[in-house]
This record gives sequence, structure tokens and C-alpha cells, in this order.
Amino acid sequence: MSNPFGNTITPEAVIDTLGFFDDWEERYRYIIDLGKELPSMPEELHTEDREIKGCQSHVWIEPSVVEGRLCFAVDSDAHVVRGLLAVVLAAVNNKSASDILAFDMEAYFQKIDLLKHLSPTRGNGLRAMVERVRQVAQEAMHRAGARQSLAEEPLVS
Amino acid sequence: MTMNPDVQLADALPEVAFDVDVVRQDFPALHQRVNDRPLVYLDNAATTHKPQQVIDALVRFYSQDNSNVHRGAHTLSDRATVQFEAARVALADFIHARASEEIVWTSGTTEGINLVAQCYGGSRLKAGDRILVSEMAHHSNIVPWQMVAERTGAEVVPIPVTALGEIDQAQYQALLDERVKIVAIGHVSNALGTINPVASMVEHAHAVGAVVLVDGAQAVGHWAVDMQALDCDFYVFSGHKMFGPTGIGVLYGRQDLLEAMPPYMGGGEMIESVSFSETVYNTLPYKFEAGTPNIADAIGLHAAVDYLGALDRVGAQRHEEQLLARADSMAADCEGLEMVGGAPNRTGVLSFNLQGAHPSDIGMLLDQQGVAVRTGHHCAQPIMDQLTRSGTVRASFSFYNTQEDVELLFAALAKATLFLQ
Repeated sequence: MSNPFGNTITPEAVIDTLGFFDDWEERYRYIIDLGKELPSMPEELHTEDREIKGCQSHVWIEPSVVEGRLCFAVDSDAHVVRGLLAVVLAAVNNKSASDILAFDMEAYFQKIDLLKHLSPTRGNGLRAMVERVRQVAQEAMHRAGARQSLAEEPLVS
Repeated sequence: MTMNPDVQLADALPEVAFDVDVVRQDFPALHQRVNDRPLVYLDNAATTHKPQQVIDALVRFYSQDNSNVHRGAHTLSDRATVQFEAARVALADFIHARASEEIVWTSGTTEGINLVAQCYGGSRLKAGDRILVSEMAHHSNIVPWQMVAERTGAEVVPIPVTALGEIDQAQYQALLDERVKIVAIGHVSNALGTINPVASMVEHAHAVGAVVLVDGAQAVGHWAVDMQALDCDFYVFSGHKMFGPTGIGVLYGRQDLLEAMPPYMGGGEMIESVSFSETVYNTLPYKFEAGTPNIADAIGLHAAVDYLGALDRVGAQRHEEQLLARADSMAADCEGLEMVGGAPNRTGVLSFNLQGAHPSDIGMLLDQQGVAVRTGHHCAQPIMDQLTRSGTVRASFSFYNTQEDVELLFAALAKATLFLQ
């Protein structure tokens, strides 16, 4: 498993690290660096059906199921947005659908003082991305309910 | 003062010479900290801040004179009506219209353009007719024309813009023929700041019998516009971009054209008499003002006009030119900065990109440093798609900005660049 998000990079680790910094520069540098640790998404996956609409920057998401857990490849052409996507991924990647749905994203962003980036007025696509992740999790739950287990398959709708 | 009708300088001599430090005291919102830094507000093309005089006028209206206009049989209604109509006269004077009947209150620029597109375009256009629209127009000066074109069978034809962000005048003139019925252009581009040569474009359009609508939203906050000098047929603008309240704007229209246009909305105020056999519309400008108008904000806009009238606008304009010149020269020295547009004849806008950085990154990192700019395509997607990959960072200035604001912008940009390397 080469993707550290949701494995070694957890929400607790993000909260701890961000809580340790006391100026915005360190915080944003960390967020941008976190974005750089995202496994790269192949250019050919930057397609319209994977794109989250309504953002100033491009944001792409590719969900899949690996060993019964939901995994997400995400990318953006903006550094800060990539970093914020990484912050989200720490909480939702490689998790079961029910864990994802149970996770309180607002409380998490509140704790790390980045809640403004989740506000509906922000055009950065983060909120839409979080909604998409939850939607994927909900659909996976429905499918699992129907079949009793998650199959290993790509989940592009 | 100047012979260029596109950029009128105020001719009345002010009582006090322009002093930015004094002027800033009139704008309470400028004096605050954002993200623990002093606010550097460089998003004036989106909206300007309001002087205390405008805020006071709104408070005074609601706390003393609040009433409906034109219909009350009582003192408060008389007071409200007098102030509301005085505002119309003040706006007519402000833009040098011929009569206050030519001033129609709208909610803003967007409503003004939609009104003209629907009422003038809707009643005159037919299949085969053409509407010329500047390629760098704001969406609000594109989409209403597409809508009326779809309804009437007319065609919207873009007027090409050069890489420097100027309307290609040769191509414009080549497009003008008897099929062209309407020309829609901006006085100043909101995305690039280019000042278009409106007066000469109007002259050429009139020569083929077309009428011209000018979107003045980005001009009125910078200098005194003159309807008679520009000779355009329609001119629209928003109060909130000229230090007035949001939700109020002006449609100026030549009286004969407004007279001939059918009304926009039906309702109270816009009628002379109503019966089920015949309804007679009111005279101008009320024919276009159905329902209770935005009384308070019209009065607030009057206060903004009075504020500008008392200001040394020649000095203010000179100050703005110095700000932009400084910004241009710092931009030229800034490694990795690419100007977008950058026409020599520009006002109030520096539109740019930093190599290797997305505009949204820059916007967020500037915000952290108290610097407010806009990023993206600025509601002008056709021109942004033509000139850029992901839009631009736009710093837009007003007379209350300082040289220090310009320096802080570039210091903040330098820091943002370090982050994104």
C-alpha cells in the first residue's frame, strides 16, 4: 500500500501537527507539503467525468474499492487545494464506507482551524469534494447491502 | 481638461486638494485587521467600500424618513418621495444626461442590460439581425444578448480582442454593416482594466444605424462619465462599484428609445390607469419601475454622488494613475510575473499570473497576509480562456488605496512565490 493517507497520515496526526504550529506560514507550508505527498494521479485520469464542478481550480477524484475499503485518488492543479484535499484524504482514504459516513468532517476542519475552506461560498471545490466522497460511500453501502460485501471494482459513476 | 471623451476629468474645482490619508478616514471598513494583518483591499472592481456619508444616509432614511414613495397622503411619504426623486436628478447630473427621465433605477448593471436586451432587443430584433458583443465583455453583457438572440432569431457576433486586451478596432469596423442593430461593449474591462474608445466606437456604430449599449460598471468609480460626450444610446452601471449601496443601479437611455420600448415588468407604479379593457402605462421613467423601488439605496447612491462631487476627482484620478503606474513597474520587476492584457490605456486593474502557480493559490496565500484580491475568470470566461489557462489574479485599485498597499501586495506576492516553489 503505497498511499500513506489514511494509513500513516491520519486525522490525528494532521491535528497534532497543525496544532503545534503557531503561525500561518508554517501551517500553509505543511498543508502544501502534504499535497505533495499525494500519490500522483495519471494525466489520463484528468477527465471531465472525474472532475468536481464549480471550483476555480480543477479538482479530480477517482474512487475505487480495495480489499473492501474505499480508496480515493485525488488531484488538483492548485497547490493549496491539493494540500486541502490531502487533509481530507487523511480522514477518508482506505476506510470502510460506514467509517467515512460516521466521520465528522466539519468538526475535523474546525479543530485544525480550516473550517472557512469548507464554507459553501468558497470556490475551491473542497466542500463539493467532501460531498462526493460521502456520496460514493453511501452508494457503496447500498451496493453492499444488496450484495452483502464490497466487490473489488472501480467506482466511477 | 482633456479632449478625450472616453475619460472625462471632472471640471469643477474642488474645495480641498486630494489627500489619500484624509480620504481614507471616510471609509470605516478599510480600518480593520484581516488574518491579523492590516487589510489591504484590492478588490475594488468587485465592489468598493462605502464612505461614512453613504452609511449615514441609509441610517438617516430608515430611522427618520422611511416611507413608500409617490403614493402616501402623509408627511413621511412626501419626504421619502422628495429625496428619492432628488437622487434621480443628482444621478442625471452626475452622468450629464439631458433629463432625469432618462434615468431608470435598476438593481444594478445586470438588470439594466437585461432590461435593454428584453425590451429594446426583444421588440426590434428579427432573424438575420446582428448584435456585436465585445469578446472581453462581462458575462452580464453577453448572456442577455444570447437569450434575446435565441428568442428573435438574431445572431450574437463577438468583436475580437487583441493579445494586449484591446478591442480590435479594424475588425470591429469591418463587422459593422446594416445587419448590425445593437453593439454592446464595456467602457472598462473588469478582467483587464482596458479603457475602450467608446466615443469613436459609438460614432462608427451610429453610422450604420446601430444603437450602442455601454456597460459602465467599471468606469463610474474612476472618473465622471458624460452621456452627451459619449453619445451612446444606453449606459448602465451599479451603485456599489461607485461607493454606493448594493442593489441599486442606473439604466441611462436616450429618451426617444426609452419612450418607444415596451415595459419590462408589470405592476404598480408603472401604470397610469388599469382596467380590464385597457391599461395605460405610466410615463418615463416610471414605466420601467414596477413595484416599490429601492428607495433607501437610491438615496444612499445620491450620498455617494455628493461625496464624489465634493472630492477632488482630478486629484483622485491622478492618484489612481500613480498607483497603477507603480504597480505596473513593480510587476515588470517581479520575476515570474506575467501580465495578462496590460494595454497602455487602462484603469484600476492589474491582471496577472505567477509562473507555476494557480491563481487560486495566490489568492489564498494573499488572503492569509491581509491582501484581498480576486482570482479566476472574473465572469469574463471567453477572454480569459483566450488569454490564460486558469484565469488570473486581479488586483483592482480605488482612490483610497495607497502606495503602501501596492508595496504590500508585492511583498505578499513574493512570500506566496516562496511557498509555491
